[in-house]
Amino acid sequence: MLSTIEPQSTVRTQPQGWSHLDALEAESIFILREVAAECTNVALLFSGGKDSAVVLRLAERAFYPERVPFTLLHIDTEHNFPEVIEFRDRMAHERGLRLVVRSVGDSIRNGRVRLRKADESRNPHQSVTLLDAIAEFGFDACIGGARRDEEKARAKERVFSFRDEFGQWDPKNQRPELWSLYNGRVRPGENIRVFPISNWTELDVWQYIRREGIELPSIYFAHRRAVVRRGSALVPVTELTPPHADESVEELSVRFRTVGDITCTAPVESAADAIEKIIAETAAATLTERGATRLDDQTSEASMEQRKKEGYF
Amino acid sequence: MSARELLPEAQLEDHGLLRFLTCGSVDDGKSTLIGRLLLDSKGLLADQITGLEAASRRRGLPEIDLSLLTDGLLAEREQGITIDVAYRYFATPARKFIIGDSPGHAQYTRNMVTAASTADVAVLLVDARHGLQPQTRRHAYLARWVGIPRVVLAVNKIDLVDDARGAFERIRTQFHQFATGLGFAEVREIPLSALRGDMVVERGDVLRWYRGPTLLQYLESAPARHDEQAQPLRFPVQRVVRVAGGNAQPGSGYEIGEFRGYQGTIASGRVHLGDAVVALPAGTRAHVTEILTPDGPLQQAGADMAVTLRLDTQIDLSRGDLLAAEDALPYHGQDIAAEVCWFDGEPLVPERPYLIKHGCATVRARFAALDHRIDVDSLRLVERPQTLHMNDIARVQLRAQHPLAVDPYTSNRTTGAFIIIDEATNRTVAAGTVR
Ligand SMILES: Nc1nc2c(ncn2[C@@H]2O[C@H](COP(=O)(O)OP(=O)(O)OP(=O)(O)O)[C@@H](O)[C@H]2O)c(=O)[nH]1
Repeated sequence: MLSTIEPQSTVRTQPQGWSHLDALEAESIFILREVAAECTNVALLFSGGKDSAVVLRLAERAFYPERVPFTLLHIDTEHNFPEVIEFRDRMAHERGLRLVVRSVGDSIRNGRVRLRKADESRNPHQSVTLLDAIAEFGFDACIGGARRDEEKARAKERVFSFRDEFGQWDPKNQRPELWSLYNGRVRPGENIRVFPISNWTELDVWQYIRREGIELPSIYFAHRRAVVRRGSALVPVTELTPPHADESVEELSVRFRTVGDITCTAPVESAADAIEKIIAETAAATLTERGATRLDDQTSEASMEQRKKEGYF
Repeated sequence: MSARELLPEAQLEDHGLLRFLTCGSVDDGKSTLIGRLLLDSKGLLADQITGLEAASRRRGLPEIDLSLLTDGLLAEREQGITIDVAYRYFATPARKFIIGDSPGHAQYTRNMVTAASTADVAVLLVDARHGLQPQTRRHAYLARWVGIPRVVLAVNKIDLVDDARGAFERIRTQFHQFATGLGFAEVREIPLSALRGDMVVERGDVLRWYRGPTLLQYLESAPARHDEQAQPLRFPVQRVVRVAGGNAQPGSGYEIGEFRGYQGTIASGRVHLGDAVVALPAGTRAHVTEILTPDGPLQQAGADMAVTLRLDTQIDLSRGDLLAAEDALPYHGQDIAAEVCWFDGEPLVPERPYLIKHGCATVRARFAALDHRIDVDSLRLVERPQTLHMNDIARVQLRAQHPLAVDPYTSNRTTGAFIIIDEATNRTVAAGTVR
């Protein structure tokens, strides 16, 4: 079959040593420097997860030798894995960065967020707390580690994504974004969400973590954990997520592909206790990151878009 | 052949990145083509396929509708059209790809241009039954205008025409005539059926008369843009970095003393230690004393690298200025001849000043003259338009408030490009290329 093909030139113009990671890194650094230059009061959303750890490292590289000129902001659901919180605090401390934590729990206690059920996921309610924090500190830009390969609505979003005074995203009317000429102009009360690793995939993130030797919370690596099987997912057994009466608890070797709110983050079965093994598994994965590990996004085709319109990251 | 089965780590590295977009008129099958490309190259994961099947069933479709994969917005799925670019990522053993799936509707042309501005290859779709449409020509023109060197005309829905070969040859001839005038480095035509998959990843059985590459084969071998042609140095200063009084990164080695440098990404050329550079628009001269990265100092650095430069003399240099090779300075001045594409629903008001963002500089400018509008269907020039409406492309003269250092877009895609922002709304209302 191949014999019918016309001869093709196989010229590659990549110079020696310019890998796809170099290209992605350079793009991200340009974006981070652009936010710092165009915006005055910038928050970097830092949850302690792998994507935010990568963005933080990119920022260190972008501004070196200057300290990262951003405030770290964590919108905390209070349903955290302790390893992640320890990591979050230590990262900020070691780098001499200001860390601001604002809690969804406070928003619930002071009536800004009303839950329909006491045990529902707090993840979607992060928007209210985030918008309140933006107003409280007057941030004109917030940097997030979201990637376009994560989800359909994210795949549509600009690198510099404009939010109006209600924190709303208007996906039908985004600013054209040509070349690397980002338009970060806002009026008081409005803000820009900036996504420097928009074009990275999960595999790119892991390869970069290896290349840069980026430290991560231990739960990203395989460890033994008590879990129950619920539907196709594994649910970690914790105080917040106790087993149902009819479920049997197993101890399995698992790792997390994302770490978020305990009540909606599921680990995957894995023996990958080192970065090499995680990369090999990621390259061979048959489920997307969210498909395998998020218990809250699957309810409707449009749940992410809806939340983003309301101010979610 | 499954890309995923063949992806041991070693094969994933360093085959570079190719960015391409799909474009063309409404319903010519862009979203379906991307779905097909991902599906057949095993770029889709099990839960995405399940999701696609479920979504297709909910819509009462007998088979899976591949276009639902990229139409990620509610309004898009409701109306069955693409409104904004969706970016998708996949890799084969040969390469990594970033795809921009762009909308076909004229109303959303600005979103097509958004995807086109960073692409190495344009895959332009045309319906084999209908041939070239005005929107096909517009997209071809715009692809060329943003400097995409290569265009593939994908003659789609070839399964729906009786004389496939004849239809293909007719459209191919027609397109070649049109595209040659535009000056692409390479123009290719491939007959295919996105729906059935012929000539996308697999060759299929029905198009035996066609002997060229499949679409994927072409994309795996097309050159990416990152190249280091012998171009003179252009370094837009993105940021002045000053370290003093305790704002050094802990562990950076700069905790004591002062540091001043210029951060930016090299737009073209190379910079070596000791090189003489000229700061524009001021025109002052200096030498490069250090090329700093977090991994240590470099002897030299090339295009696309993000670095920090230090100079031997304290010159007046700030964000928006340009460092250029001493022996090859760009034009710098206030009068700029450009070709602009107007995006906004509100037409241009020629009497009003607008903001231009060029490189890292933002300056006020006004339209000194509207020379002519280009009719992209016939490529004819319409003299002296009164204003510019959405999707109009025109040659204009701009007068900037401060001098800008610019190159023609054809020789430099960074120093030759700008966007236009309406100060009243902060919207990006147009984009331009320097002539
Ligand atoms: N028979 C046949 N139908 C096709 C082919 N490719 C696409 N279609 C159909 O054409 C219709 C439009 O396809 P889309 O992929 O949504 O078109 P599009 O170009 O993305 O449309 P917009 O994004 O709205 O501009 C759908 O009903 C597809 O199933 C093909 O190769 N053969």
